[in-house]
Amino acid sequence: MLGKLSLAAIPIDQPLPMIASAVVALAILSVLGWVVIKGHLPYLWREWITSVDHKRIGVMYTLLAMVMLLRGFSDAIMMRLQQSMAFHAPGFLPPEHYDQIFSAHGTIMIFFVAMPFMIGLMNFVVPLQLGVRDVAFPTLNSVGFWLTATGALLVNISLVVGEFSRTGWLPYPPLSELTYSPGVGVDYYCWALEISGIGTLVAGINLVTTVLKIRTRGMSYLRMPMFCWTTLATNLLIVAAFPILTATLAMLLLDRYLGFHFFTNEAGGNMMMFMNLIWAWGHPEVYILVLPAFGIFSEVISTFSGKPLFGYRSMVLATMAICVLSFMVWLHHFFTMGAGADVNAVFGIATMIIAVPTGVKIFNWLFTMYGGRIRFETPLLWAIGFMVTFIIGGMTGVLMAVPPADFLVHNSLFLVAHFHNVIIGGVLFGAFAGYSFWFPKAFGFRLHEGLGRAAFWCWLIGFYVAFMPLYVLGLDGMTRRMQHYDVPQWHPWLIVAAGGAGLILCGIVLQISQLAVSIRRREQLRDETGDPWDGRSLEWATASPPPVFNFAVLPDVTGKDAFWQAKHEAGGETRKDDTPKYQDIEMPRNSPTGFVCAFFATLMGFALIWQIWWMVVAGALGAFATFVIFAWRDEEEERIPAAEVARIDSARRAHRGAAAHAEAA
Amino acid sequence: MSELSYAGDDRDILLGRDGSDRRGQAPAPVWSGPASKRIVTGYGFWIFILSDIIMFSAFFASYAVLLNQTAGGPSGHQLFDLRHVVFETALLLSSSFACGMATIAADQRNTIWFQSAMAVTCVLGLGFLALEANEFAGLVARGAGPTRSAFLSAFFTLVGCHGLHVSAGVLWLLTMMAQVFAKGFRADISRRILCFALFWHALDIIWIAIFTIVYLLGSAA
Repeated sequence: MLGKLSLAAIPIDQPLPMIASAVVALAILSVLGWVVIKGHLPYLWREWITSVDHKRIGVMYTLLAMVMLLRGFSDAIMMRLQQSMAFHAPGFLPPEHYDQIFSAHGTIMIFFVAMPFMIGLMNFVVPLQLGVRDVAFPTLNSVGFWLTATGALLVNISLVVGEFSRTGWLPYPPLSELTYSPGVGVDYYCWALEISGIGTLVAGINLVTTVLKIRTRGMSYLRMPMFCWTTLATNLLIVAAFPILTATLAMLLLDRYLGFHFFTNEAGGNMMMFMNLIWAWGHPEVYILVLPAFGIFSEVISTFSGKPLFGYRSMVLATMAICVLSFMVWLHHFFTMGAGADVNAVFGIATMIIAVPTGVKIFNWLFTMYGGRIRFETPLLWAIGFMVTFIIGGMTGVLMAVPPADFLVHNSLFLVAHFHNVIIGGVLFGAFAGYSFWFPKAFGFRLHEGLGRAAFWCWLIGFYVAFMPLYVLGLDGMTRRMQHYDVPQWHPWLIVAAGGAGLILCGIVLQISQLAVSIRRREQLRDETGDPWDGRSLEWATASPPPVFNFAVLPDVTGKDAFWQAKHEAGGETRKDDTPKYQDIEMPRNSPTGFVCAFFATLMGFALIWQIWWMVVAGALGAFATFVIFAWRDEEEERIPAAEVARIDSARRAHRGAAAHAEAA
Repeated sequence: MSELSYAGDDRDILLGRDGSDRRGQAPAPVWSGPASKRIVTGYGFWIFILSDIIMFSAFFASYAVLLNQTAGGPSGHQLFDLRHVVFETALLLSSSFACGMATIAADQRNTIWFQSAMAVTCVLGLGFLALEANEFAGLVARGAGPTRSAFLSAFFTLVGCHGLHVSAGVLWLLTMMAQVFAKGFRADISRRILCFALFWHALDIIWIAIFTIVYLLGSAA
């Protein structure tokens, strides 16, 4: 009846996961209770859960990423504590638990922090920057978000019911095969990623179509803001890479569930094929994460330098070059496979070539700042912190692109330091820059500046203290994922690294209090103009938060930096006194399809993990029925009458006019 | 509507012009605004099909890698029956023809022709699935199931994945028939018919690759 599931699946004898999950459950229940008692549930359902508005979905993606960041970070700090204690000692985490923690940390940070953070920002910003009202497929967008949330939920359920994978963030066979990982851990991993992978693919298709087909009048490709270009490149990569992940994990699942022999030791299976396939997805994946961050930094640096982006076209070219090259370097993740000197040399050189377009970008950002009127607000601090940090990470990357050097540091903490160097310094700093840059657009008030700066410095210094020792440790021969060790030279460095993690914790605490303080003081921090940073692109042309239809009248674009042009040219938008001709606007209707579909996907994923076959069938039928019911509805859209549009827009125009007059005076 | 402006847009890129230096003149029609829903839907679905083809290419790649890993078991040369596969191919290709007829009927808003062409498509698709199931059952009965060797694992996965796609297509097809029956050729339903037709034809393309790489090359070897 319940497949492999029984009460024994709940680890009552292990205090750590039980306490952790009890705390999480208590937090979720108290939030839910608060929502229900305060009567916010109908509002949440109507305005958020069933929303197909790209701005709301973007905010929900970002929120999911931030919550999961807390989970992933608590794993991280446990590992740093464990390694700082485990010199000639068992530490506080038994090996089987420690293995789950490093696996969960990587999985969560990549798939449920970095990915949703970037997709959330792209979702929120790109239609606004393109001057349009929504993405190409609004309901599908909601489905994509909720499927991502399903994956995150499944990973977290594994904390209480059963176990998580112990095979690292990528389940390398043969360790991940049934023979060596008989539990449900790898199954949790695979099904969570299969489901959230579909969500990511849907988001990718949606955003590619949006950028290529849904732009306002006059927004030709070479007038798009840089963030739209990097969004295009990232989502092309998602469309081209995620199917490989889906196929690879499907093969692993077939091995595990039906006794196939793709990656097994016996009957001709080839485990190195897994490495090739997974990295054919995995290497583009790191560019999927970092390209949007490059776009964010381009926007932030040009806005806070008060200058157009230097070398716009070289930036476009560099972005698209990275997009293509990222598919040609996957083998550098396993130079030690033994493919031979020739193959290794080809991939080593290809890897070094990627540093060229990336270097172009760095110089473009520097030249954008050169001679600009620089304002050191929090988003720009993140951008500068990124440039310094990312260059170090890039250089260690080029070092490891040299196959003989890679043989020495392969799978050592040097590697761990390198990829945290580029992912924290590149992706996460980019996400935080975007968060503080676009927060006022999303909510109509700024984030507290002082706390933001403090958080930045804690993160930056904390990062260096936590990860520079790891470079040293890697060169000293410490391999990754060690539960305990007996080399006395390593111990002090690991204590320092734990201290760095503590500093990062301070940064996170400061970020949470920044959010709380900003919400409490939102009236002082309110931005009435919709353009708090003297922005350049179209998202700043509308109110903050933007109305559901984004723009009362779709803007006409005549050049790059469309909003900047409108502000600074004679007859610019702010000084126009004639009211535009408003028309009725049709917007897609809200739909619970995404949420209901994800409910059934959760059911199905859980049933597949525990092999409860009747529940799999029930979940599949439910998901299919949901789509049929969605397809049957008669009204896709609702009409916002012109008078209502005029009323909403006149408020914005009044504020704009007042601000312009104040400036003129 | 936006075909013309889209072409203009492309030219714009090729020549490296962005139009920003034409201030003062009437703005050139570089891009006339968001494309129509039909174009957006079809375009998005094409991108989905491309991603699906990439997924298949991963299965093709693993098949190529594992082709000779028969672990002492039978190889494709001993297993494949080309006459059987020719029947499968004929059924699938003629179902694609019927699907094309259904698309024309949908464009003409001709319900009877649409429904009968879709029904023919469905029957031919089911016939293909029946033949494939028969082939699979025969292989398993001969002790050449997917657990026998890595080669057979890859074979069953690649061909079975196509079969699963056809099954999902049949389910989609029946849903479309029901929708047209209940709601007629509404704009959104016409767009879905367009997507379904793209999907069904794409499965043909993938089958041609399977037919060539798996069966023709396999039985020749």
